[in-house]
Amino acid sequence: MPELTAWRELPLGGVVRPGDTAPPHTGGWRTGLKPVVRLESCVNCLLCWLYCPDSAVQLDGTTFVGFDYDVCKGCELCAVVCPVDAIAMVEDDGD
Amino acid sequence: MATEARILTGGQAVAEAMRQIDPDVVPMYPITPQTPIIQGFATFVAQGRAHGELVDVESEHSAMSAAIGAALAGARTITATSSQGLALMAEVVYIAASMRAPVVMAVGNRALSGPINIHCDHSDSMLVRDSGAIQLFAENAQEAYDLMLIAPRLAEHPDVLLPVLICQDGFTITHSAEPVVLLEDDVAREFVGEYRIPNSLLDVRYPTTQGPFAMPDYYFELRHQQLAAMQAALPVFEQMASEFYALSGRRYHSVEPYALDGADHAIVCLGSTGGTVKDVVDELRAEGEAVGLLELRSFRPLPRHDVRTALDSIRTVSVLDRADSPGGAPPLFAELAAALHGTEVDLRSFVYGLGGRDLHPEQIRAVFTEDSGAYIGLRGAPCPA
Amino acid sequence: MKEIRWHARAGQGAKTASQLYATARLHEGQSVQAFPEYGPERRGAPLRAYTRIDDKPIRRHDAIMHPDVVVVLEPSLLHEVDVTEGLAPDGIVLLNADTAPASLAGLDVRCVPAARIAGDSKFVNLVLVGALAAVLHDPVDAVADAAIELLGGKVAHDEIRTAVEKGYACLS
Repeated sequence: MPELTAWRELPLGGVVRPGDTAPPHTGGWRTGLKPVVRLESCVNCLLCWLYCPDSAVQLDGTTFVGFDYDVCKGCELCAVVCPVDAIAMVEDDGD
Repeated sequence: MATEARILTGGQAVAEAMRQIDPDVVPMYPITPQTPIIQGFATFVAQGRAHGELVDVESEHSAMSAAIGAALAGARTITATSSQGLALMAEVVYIAASMRAPVVMAVGNRALSGPINIHCDHSDSMLVRDSGAIQLFAENAQEAYDLMLIAPRLAEHPDVLLPVLICQDGFTITHSAEPVVLLEDDVAREFVGEYRIPNSLLDVRYPTTQGPFAMPDYYFELRHQQLAAMQAALPVFEQMASEFYALSGRRYHSVEPYALDGADHAIVCLGSTGGTVKDVVDELRAEGEAVGLLELRSFRPLPRHDVRTALDSIRTVSVLDRADSPGGAPPLFAELAAALHGTEVDLRSFVYGLGGRDLHPEQIRAVFTEDSGAYIGLRGAPCPA
Repeated sequence: MKEIRWHARAGQGAKTASQLYATARLHEGQSVQAFPEYGPERRGAPLRAYTRIDDKPIRRHDAIMHPDVVVVLEPSLLHEVDVTEGLAPDGIVLLNADTAPASLAGLDVRCVPAARIAGDSKFVNLVLVGALAAVLHDPVDAVADAAIELLGGKVAHDEIRTAVEKGYACLS
């Protein structure tokens, strides 16, 4: 638990500056399923990237390359919106 | 350095101040008696004499919301409102203060409905007294102009960073034509200076999140920052007023005593009434009565220490409130009671002028001579205290 | 202090007249205040406006209760409102009419047929501010200059000056 800051030490108005927040680890919120992609079926439409609420869809430039499981909450939105069924939800082995 | 006196209404005078400030963004929604301010400024923009972006919004709630966005993006932002407009805007005024958005707002004070009314009282200002916004009250059109020029400097000062409301009595000042001396345009512009804020929302090299959620572990601290900024606003205002004095010859203070030396009865009030009280004080002083006035230029922050110093040795202090608090104490009286707590002052409460009811010199005289009821001008005996 | 109350119907230029006279006196070095009374703001509704003039700065901000002069731009108002309400003991009624009606008997009424004098120009208000200058023994030039300052952007200057001077000539 981080130490709580006194009012004088807080940025004015509670402004959050670059680096102020701890990196998110929402991957721990998954409850059994995680998305996996078959890249050979992917048409790179990037709908999954657009819809993902946690920026867990990783790109190399503008090309979809996979998921960041440190932040993926397993919400399934990417699998639902994928127009070519290239994303499947599978048992989460804890990777 | 000044121009010759011109006949201007308070509304026109503030529109002239806005032309000279030349804000970047003016989100606006019309409401009587503020409308001449925004109408006047819009005319200047149409004539090419001011260059701000006018944003026609669909309500005052949106006006202040747009103002916050603009101010935090890095644009000097001014708006104006009255009465129901301020009421609709109220929740966003709190957010402006908490996000430390230095928005300047001209207020034409007008009674809150209901019954619906367009004339002056201070109930609209009092509705947002705890919002964290600074509130300065002008006695006349000249002061409204002067305070409007000081407002951006005060709002944007790094120790302050709060919204500033420049309040003038609706119709009594907004629509009353009086002699007003303007600064030369370039002098006014130089006084106001460049707009600067600590973190611009548009700064992509230093991206910030503003207005974040604050849970019980941080809300209290962030609210306390506003309290500290309010306290800092008092010396900052004195400094700005002193710089303004050097340019204009007109000196402002957060509290302004008038004939208080040796007074044993003083009136305390806000706004245009101060001028009428000064006339009565002069008359009574000429008759040998030891009376005086303490005019509050700043209602928020309430200069509690200066108020106490000015009044603690005076026998009787009569507080004139142009607002009421059914079931409670009138707001200015409550402030004075807190400021004078523990002194021997005989503090009295008077409510006057609600919904634009006139206050005449004879009625002020009656307060000094202890012949006035607590609700000045009310028909019928007031209900039992 | 001189206190003037203007009676007219909304749209007849009483507010302009109140400010115009104030402007003239300001230019002559006096302190002034001019303000209308706002009720139901509809063209044709009875309206009052006020002008205060003093040699020392005017600080009070209350309505005028005991005017020294009442200027009535619209004679039909005599049947609707009490234009002499609160008139000071030596007060003067300046009326747009040929002759004073019996209802104002016993008062100091100065009549100016302003509508007829104004004619096609319709500047009843300017004729009456000219007449007011005569009543108050103020110089007419300052009033005409102020009228041109306020209205000269829209109206020919000589037309303005003529209306003011004709009103002045009636009572000087």
